[in-house]
Amino acid sequence: MTAPLSESGAPLPVAHLSDDDARLVAALQAGDEAAFEELIGRDHAGMVRLALNYVQSLAVAEEVAQEAWIGVLKGVGRFEGRSSLRTWIYRILVNTAVTRGRREGRSVPFSALFDAERAPIEAAMDPAYFNSASQHWATKPASWEGEPEERLLAGETRSRINEAIAALPPAQREVITLRDVQGFGSDEVCNILGVSESNQRVLLHRARSKVRRALSEYLGMEPAPA
Amino acid sequence: MSEPSELNCKELVELITAYLEGTLPADERTRFDAHLPHCSGCRNYLQQMRLTIRTLGTLSEASIPPVARQRLLSVFCDWKAGR
Ligand SMILES: [Zn+2]
Repeated sequence: MTAPLSESGAPLPVAHLSDDDARLVAALQAGDEAAFEELIGRDHAGMVRLALNYVQSLAVAEEVAQEAWIGVLKGVGRFEGRSSLRTWIYRILVNTAVTRGRREGRSVPFSALFDAERAPIEAAMDPAYFNSASQHWATKPASWEGEPEERLLAGETRSRINEAIAALPPAQREVITLRDVQGFGSDEVCNILGVSESNQRVLLHRARSKVRRALSEYLGMEPAPA
Repeated sequence: MSEPSELNCKELVELITAYLEGTLPADERTRFDAHLPHCSGCRNYLQQMRLTIRTLGTLSEASIPPVARQRLLSVFCDWKAGR
């Protein structure tokens, strides 16, 4: 899709806001408290979670998120809709968290510095699972076909997954949290974190592979390699 | 042109995210799809990965704590009063 052109031939400002975003932006610009409440209810907890990757304590992450919300309020009058409102808010959060993390002397950002070309190779599965000649499975992964849905959704399973996410390297943790937990698309995550599409995919791949293994072990479905 | 060689399981496992993202080049996607019907191990692995992703999607965030909500609403009032 190409952007529409004005009479002079210059591109018009991009305005592909969803109806929901358009409604929220207009309400916020008009000073509607209910709209702000809706936004913080939707995004604040996730923002604090993301900010924790950049700063050292929950208290500071809360401050960072609050500072980001102030940035959102101050900037909403200039919001142009080049991304979704939620992506724009999360970008402000990351910028705020990076600035704060630098002040604390932390080396950030994690994902933007990741380079799949240079990073050490990480195999999704221990090579011992494969036949060394054919590279086909020597020990096959189990079928989860019979796993009852309730078991996957049980509180205990979810806390194990949360533990597995917490144990990931920060860059992988950021990407899997935004993509798979919070539901952002890959282009949005690249935009929020300033990573390339291919680096984002490698981080996501490594993170998912580890979480799969943790879940499989917890379910008692991970066979020992031959 | 010779037939592209068959994908092995170890390669498939490393391509799975690109496959699910829909970013595999067409020829590799064809090799991926050709491998699955006769490899139950890879079919299971793919299914496990799909279920893992689905389960990740259910880890909802804790809702905003009342203290944070109150503090942010007062931030909002200050902003509204001061602009
Ligand atoms: Zn296979």
